[in-house]
Amino acid sequence: MLEAVVFYVLAAFILGFGVLVITARNTVHSVLFLVANFLCVAVLYVVLAAEFLAVIQVLVYAGGIVVLYLFVVMLVNLRAVPEARLDPRRQSRLGFLLTTALLVEVIAIMVYSANRPGAVSTLAPTADVPVSGNTEVVGWLLYTDYLIPFEVASVLLLVAMIGAILLARKEA
Amino acid sequence: MFDTSELVINMGPQHPSTHGVLRVVLRLDGERVVGADVVIGYLHRGIEKLCEHRDWLQIVLITDRMDYVAAASNNLGYVETVEKLMSLEVPPRARYIRTILAELQRIASHCLWLGTHAMDLGAMTVFLYAFRERELILDLFEEYCGARLTYNAMRIGGLPLDIPPRWDEKVRAFCDILDTKVYEYEELLTRNRIFLERTRGVGVIGGDEAIAIGLSGPALRGSGVPRDVRKDEPYAAYADFEFNVPIGMAGDTYDRYLVRIEEFRQSTRIIRQALDGLPEGPILGKVPRLIKPPAGETYHAIESPKGEIGYFIVSDGKSNVPYRFRVRPPSFCNLQALPRLIQGHLVADVVALIGSIDIVLGEVDR
Amino acid sequence: MIDTYVVPTLKILVLLNAVLVAVTYMVLLERKVIAWVQVRLGPMRVGPHGVLQPIADAIKLLLKEDITPARADRLVFTLAPIVSMVPALIAFAVIPFDSEITLFGYTLSLYVADVNVGLLYIVATTSISVYGIILAGYASNSKFPLLAGLRASAQLISYEVAVSMMLVSMVVTAGTLSMVGIVESQREAGVWFVFIQPVAFVILFIGGLAETNRAPFDLPEAEQELTGGFHTEYSGMRFALFFLAEYANMIVVSAVATTLFLGGWLRPFPGVGALAFLDFVPGWIWFLMKTFAFLYVFIWIRATLPRYRYDQLMRLGWKVLIPVAIANLIVTAFIRVLL
Repeated sequence: MLEAVVFYVLAAFILGFGVLVITARNTVHSVLFLVANFLCVAVLYVVLAAEFLAVIQVLVYAGGIVVLYLFVVMLVNLRAVPEARLDPRRQSRLGFLLTTALLVEVIAIMVYSANRPGAVSTLAPTADVPVSGNTEVVGWLLYTDYLIPFEVASVLLLVAMIGAILLARKEA
Repeated sequence: MFDTSELVINMGPQHPSTHGVLRVVLRLDGERVVGADVVIGYLHRGIEKLCEHRDWLQIVLITDRMDYVAAASNNLGYVETVEKLMSLEVPPRARYIRTILAELQRIASHCLWLGTHAMDLGAMTVFLYAFRERELILDLFEEYCGARLTYNAMRIGGLPLDIPPRWDEKVRAFCDILDTKVYEYEELLTRNRIFLERTRGVGVIGGDEAIAIGLSGPALRGSGVPRDVRKDEPYAAYADFEFNVPIGMAGDTYDRYLVRIEEFRQSTRIIRQALDGLPEGPILGKVPRLIKPPAGETYHAIESPKGEIGYFIVSDGKSNVPYRFRVRPPSFCNLQALPRLIQGHLVADVVALIGSIDIVLGEVDR
Repeated sequence: MIDTYVVPTLKILVLLNAVLVAVTYMVLLERKVIAWVQVRLGPMRVGPHGVLQPIADAIKLLLKEDITPARADRLVFTLAPIVSMVPALIAFAVIPFDSEITLFGYTLSLYVADVNVGLLYIVATTSISVYGIILAGYASNSKFPLLAGLRASAQLISYEVAVSMMLVSMVVTAGTLSMVGIVESQREAGVWFVFIQPVAFVILFIGGLAETNRAPFDLPEAEQELTGGFHTEYSGMRFALFFLAEYANMIVVSAVATTLFLGGWLRPFPGVGALAFLDFVPGWIWFLMKTFAFLYVFIWIRATLPRYRYDQLMRLGWKVLIPVAIANLIVTAFIRVLL
C-alpha cells in the first residue's frame, strides 16, 4: 500500500519534471529540472531495492554527465536567453500526428505482450550467483554473463574520449 | 577553428594585491597575457614641484614620503647629494651611523617585500612573521628618532641625533634574532615545491635587456648583472666594510627572491661591522647656519632597497630653495619592465610579478 | 514502531544540530589555529577567549541586508547556496560514530543508517554539491563569476576522479562498500588501514583538500582571481551558507578519512591485546579525536603553504594523482587476489 503511494507520487514528479524540461524557457532551468528528474528516478530505484543503481544514477548521471551538459549550456548561453518565438519551420500538426501514432503502437505492443499465453513475469528472475547483495550481484553478472557488452562500452568510451581530446586540441 | 579575440581586463587601482594604487590594463588571449598597460599617477602629490618651494632642510621631510617603506634611504640619498653639491665633509661617526640606519632600512623594506610577496602567493603566515621583524626595526627607529615610518633622520652634514645609550646593543641583539628568522622564512619558502612552481621560470628577463630597460637593484642583480652602487661608487661608510653582493643567474622571480633573502644576511653583516668599528666624534660636520649651496648641478645615487635612487639637484646659488629637484626613483624605472615580464604568462602570475619587482607607489608617482 | 520511526528521527535531529553547531565552531577553530600559527591571538573579545564569536558572526549575518543582483535569475540565485549546503549535511547520515552504545538501558547504534553502498552514497552527495558552485557562478549574471565558478567546479570534478579511484581500492581492501563494514574489517584485520594503504591515504588527503577548495588548492576563492570568485554577488546569510558548506565538507572528508583509514571508532592497534586498557575510552570519542586531528591538519596546511596556480592544480590532479590512484588500485587488486 505504502509502496503504491510512494510510486505514484514519484511517478508524478518524474513525469512532471520531464515535461518541465522541455517546456522551460531558460535552458539552465531545463537542465536543472533534468537533474531533479534523475534524482527522483534514483529514489525509485531505492524503492525497488536496487540501491547500487540508485547511487550510481546520482553519482554518474546527475553528478557527472549533467554537470557537463550544464557547462556547455552556460558557456554557450552567455549572450542571451533564446527567444521563445516560434520557428517558422516547425511542423506542429505532423509532429502531433506522428507522436499519437507512436503512442498507439506502444500501447498496442504492451497490451498484446501482456495478453500472450505464457507471458513471462515482468520481474527479472533471481540470478543464481554465488553472492548476495545488490552490488555484488550486479558486479558478478557484469563480469561473467555480460562481460562483452561491458568491454565494448569501455572501448566506446575510450574512443569518445580520444575523439574529444583531438577535437579540443589547439592547432599547434 | 574558432575565432578568438582579445579580452581586456582592468586590474586596480583598488585591488588587494597591487601594493598601492596601481592600475594594470591586461589584454588576454584566453588565459595568457598578451599585453599590459600600466597606468600610474594615482598617488602623484607633486613632490618635485613642492620641493622647489621648500628650503634645503625642509626637503628632507618630504623625501621621507616618497618610498615610505624605506624612508631613511631616501633621506640619505638627498643629504648626500646636497653635501656633494656643497662639498661638505661628513664626520666618520655620522657616516657609520648613517650606514647602520640605511642597512636597517634595507632589512625593513625587504621584510615588507617578503611578507607581501609570500601573501600574494598564498603563504599567509610569512606575512606575519616578516612583519614581526619589521616591528622590531621600527621600534629601534622609534627609539632613535621618535618616528616609526617617516623619520626625518638625516641632516645635511650629518645626523640630528646621536644614538641613544645602549641602542647599539639592541641593534646587535636584533641582528642575531634576524639571522635565525631568515632561516625560518627560508624553511617555509625556499625549497617549498609549490613556491618553486609559482616562481621558477616566471618573469624571466636577461641581463642585457634588464640594463636596456633601466632596471636596478635586486631586480637587476637577479638577472646576473653585478651592479650595486654600494660597491661600484661607495658612499657613506660602505668602503670600510666587507660584504658580498648576491647575484642571480636565471633572471626569474625565484632568483630575485633569493637575491633579496641573501641581502638580509649581508645587511646584518654590514651592521655588525659598523657597530664594531663605530668611531667617536661629532655627528654633524661644519655646516653653515643657513644652507645655501653654490650655483651648480649634481647627480648622486645610492642603493636603496628597491634599487638605485638618484637625485639630480640644480641650485642657482641665490635663493634658499632648489631651482630644480629631480628624483630618479628605482620603482618607477623597474615598473617599466612589467609589461615585458608579464608577456606570455597567466593572469595569476601578474600579482607575483608585481611583488617580485618590489615597487612602492609613493616612489613611482611622487 | 519506535525503532523504525522515532529513533531514526531523533538521531537525525541530534546529528543535524550537532553538525551545524560543529560547523559554526569550525570557523572559530580555524581563526584561532591560524592566529596561533601566525603569532597572534585571534578572536578574544566576544566571550572568554572568543568562544562566543561564531554566535556573534551568525547574528550579524542574519541581520544583513539581503541583496540580489538586478537581473540575476532569482530561483537559481536562491537555490545555489542550498544546493551547496544540503549534500554536505546529508552525507553525515552514513557516517558511523560508534557501533553500539547503551543509553539509559537502551542499545542504539551511533549512525543514522548503514546502507550497503555507504561509501558510494558519500561520493554521490559530493558530486551533487558541485552544482552549488556552478549555479552560484551562473546566477551572478556576470561573465567573470561564471567563468570562476566553472573553473572551480572543473577542479572539483577532476579531483573527484582520483578520489573515486582511491575509494575503489579501499573497497577492494575492505571487501565491502558499507561504512560500518569497512570499520569492522579493520577490526578483523587488527590494524588500521592507513598502514596497509598509505598511498591511498595520501591521495585521499590531497584529493580532499582539492575537493573542499582548501589551500593550497583555493585559487578560485582567493583575491588573485581578479573576479573575486563565484560567490562575488552573495552577501549575508547566503554567503555564510557557502562557507559553512565548505566547512561541512571538510568535516565529511575528515570523517570519511577517519572511517576508511584510521579505524573509525576503534582504538589504536585493535589487534594488539596489550593495548586493551585503552578500551575504557568510548568509541565515539576516538572517532571525534581522529576527525579533529584531520581538521587540525587541514587548517595547519592552510596557514603554511602557498597556493597552486590553476593550471598547476589541474596538472597535479590529472597527471599525477589519477595515474597513482589507478596504479594503487591495480596493485591492491593483484595483492588481494594472490593472497
